[in-house]
Amino acid sequence: MSIDQFTYSPIPPEAEAIRAEVRGFLADALADVPPTRRAESWMGFDARFSRRLGERGWIGMALPKRYGGAEASAFSRYVVIEELLAAGAPVSAHWFADRQSGPQILHYGSDAQKDFHLPAICRGEQFFCIGMSEPNSGSDLASIKSSARRAGDKWIVNGQKVWTTNAHRSHYMIALLRTDPDSRRNEGLSQFIVDLSLPGITIRPIKDLTGASHFNEVFFDDVALDAGALVGTEGQGWAQVTAELAFERSGPERFLSSITLLQSLLGAIGADPDALQARDIGRLTARLVTLRQMSLAVTAQLAAGRNPAWEASVVKELGTSFEQEIPELAEALLDVAPATRGGGEHARVLAYLMQEAPSFSLRGGTREILRGIIARGLGMR
Amino acid sequence: MRQMFDSTVERLFADLTSPAAVLACEDGPWPQAMWTAVEESGFPLALAPEALGGAGASWADVCGVIRLAGRFNLPLPLPEAMLANWLLGAAGLAPASGAVSVAGAGALRLRDGVVSGEALDVPWGDAVPLVVAVAGGAEPAVVLLPTGAARRRDGANVAAESRATLLFEDVAPVAQAPLPAGWPVDVLLLGGAMVRAAQIAGALEGVLALATAYAGERVQFGKPIGSFQAIQHQVAVLAEHAAAAVMASEAAFAAADTRIVRLQAIAAKICASEAAGIGAGVAHAVHGAIGFTHEHSLHLSTRRLWSWRSEFGSASAWSQRLGRAVCAAGPEGFWPGVTDGRFDTLQEQSA
Repeated sequence: MSIDQFTYSPIPPEAEAIRAEVRGFLADALADVPPTRRAESWMGFDARFSRRLGERGWIGMALPKRYGGAEASAFSRYVVIEELLAAGAPVSAHWFADRQSGPQILHYGSDAQKDFHLPAICRGEQFFCIGMSEPNSGSDLASIKSSARRAGDKWIVNGQKVWTTNAHRSHYMIALLRTDPDSRRNEGLSQFIVDLSLPGITIRPIKDLTGASHFNEVFFDDVALDAGALVGTEGQGWAQVTAELAFERSGPERFLSSITLLQSLLGAIGADPDALQARDIGRLTARLVTLRQMSLAVTAQLAAGRNPAWEASVVKELGTSFEQEIPELAEALLDVAPATRGGGEHARVLAYLMQEAPSFSLRGGTREILRGIIARGLGMR
Repeated sequence: MRQMFDSTVERLFADLTSPAAVLACEDGPWPQAMWTAVEESGFPLALAPEALGGAGASWADVCGVIRLAGRFNLPLPLPEAMLANWLLGAAGLAPASGAVSVAGAGALRLRDGVVSGEALDVPWGDAVPLVVAVAGGAEPAVVLLPTGAARRRDGANVAAESRATLLFEDVAPVAQAPLPAGWPVDVLLLGGAMVRAAQIAGALEGVLALATAYAGERVQFGKPIGSFQAIQHQVAVLAEHAAAAVMASEAAFAAADTRIVRLQAIAAKICASEAAGIGAGVAHAVHGAIGFTHEHSLHLSTRRLWSWRSEFGSASAWSQRLGRAVCAAGPEGFWPGVTDGRFDTLQEQSA
């Protein structure tokens, strides 16, 4: 049974050893960043901060040294990213490249792609976005229509992506495109690295309900890609994407998105909680401790070269539920109204995360999709 | 060692614990033959040091054994006996011979070589000849007490498993030794919470298997109910919480070395206890009316889930203790506490 794959996978001492250094760096680098900005968690964007992390070797850490990585273990990387998230560091500039695009290029990319992209990713100078969703496809990813068709030694791309986080601030997109016009569902799809500065690409930011712009519509109008833009094997895009999703669904960003609010709540409650406050804070802490162990178990599986899609879905489902519960409990445990202007700092952090929380169980796969994957793993579909 | 233990007990428990055999133990006589078979397997002594006649196994080695005891509804205090003999061994005492249980709650005092006070809700306290407890006093002590010398108030949990309160008055222990230096006096409550978490995890694995199998067999509206998305999603939620309970208890057992790691054990009991209610609810919903009958075996597991989640500290009780420690650590101490695996004020219960 897949549940048995949740084996205890503690962080080894050599990976744990890096924690103090990261914590020290962050205490200094983020000293002036207020909680309201830390609350953005992994959606916070700061290109300069990403370059500083790159200088320290904390981006693309698990990549080979010849490509600018540190050949560090998956657990060393885990320690760095969970410290970044717990501190509310602005990581989204390099986040998608570090988490997905880098490993994806290393695994499936050509030598030319590896040589060109990986060192720049590790330096914190090349930012990626993930081109999966499309209008009307949403959770039904296999229904995508955007296409790349061969024309001589070029690929001509047409169509539209949507909900693409950071497309307006990224250099490249790894796009999932239909390369066989007669194919259906998850066949005939391929992945491409799209240079977002190419002619024919229009990027339009979409404001979310907080008024911020993280995601975008991206239009492709006869965009010409070099033959070398194809990632991996033509027609194998679905298999490549599903393997990638295990990386996307199991990390600490799937349960730490509201951690600034939990910390802010602890400050607002103070050292002497009432019984109800103590109970709910304790329960949240226990769940966090357990989610972290589950996430580490999936990390160990990924590091061993397996594709723990089922386990990753379990972590994301429980993780986003946890993240979403924090604003609900914060509202329930203290008589403090959320405030977008004025009010105390806690009230503003609460306001931000309350509004942001619905997205947690949408981005990276909806709750319903994940439960479907879990049910399939149980043999029910 | 882990794999050998797991496969051995799986065979043993499968032989011993037919639904009829488990049901016969409810409010029935002590199943001596069943206990003898388990005793001959050596598992009650697994955690006692080799030098004292045990197997010298670690907590990590036996997590699967205790999960399987939960999965098979084993109607015996095997997890309790393992915990009891572990503590006796830690105090340098020989393991108890025969059936033995633990007192996780209550207040016992050792004075002038005799023990007085109450041991609350002792599992199988009406049947086992011996119980291990920690007695407070000037120097807390691990004591092995004869249950026959106590006045008894019988009780039972929702699964009709015996939970007796024992009243001791100036009873001389069969064996005693100082609690190892620095050890918490609530070590049996903590250890009991940890083993109950693993039993719950095992029982949840069992009800998950029952629910998925039943959803594949039961036909309504012309197709198996498991083909309906509404059912699939409910069972997925059960699987998620079963996975959380398994992970939390595996982590607690693996982290326990000579000492039990308090934060891990408490987290395991909180998550498992929460999972127990959710999992039992889903399993009954999926099984419909048939699962609510005495004839169907689902209730052997769900009544245990409802019992075990409350024993050795409920989710709320442990959450409050943990929450107070977390609040004392404050916003600055929160994340370091999670990563270090400890909150400094998450202290033992005072004697």
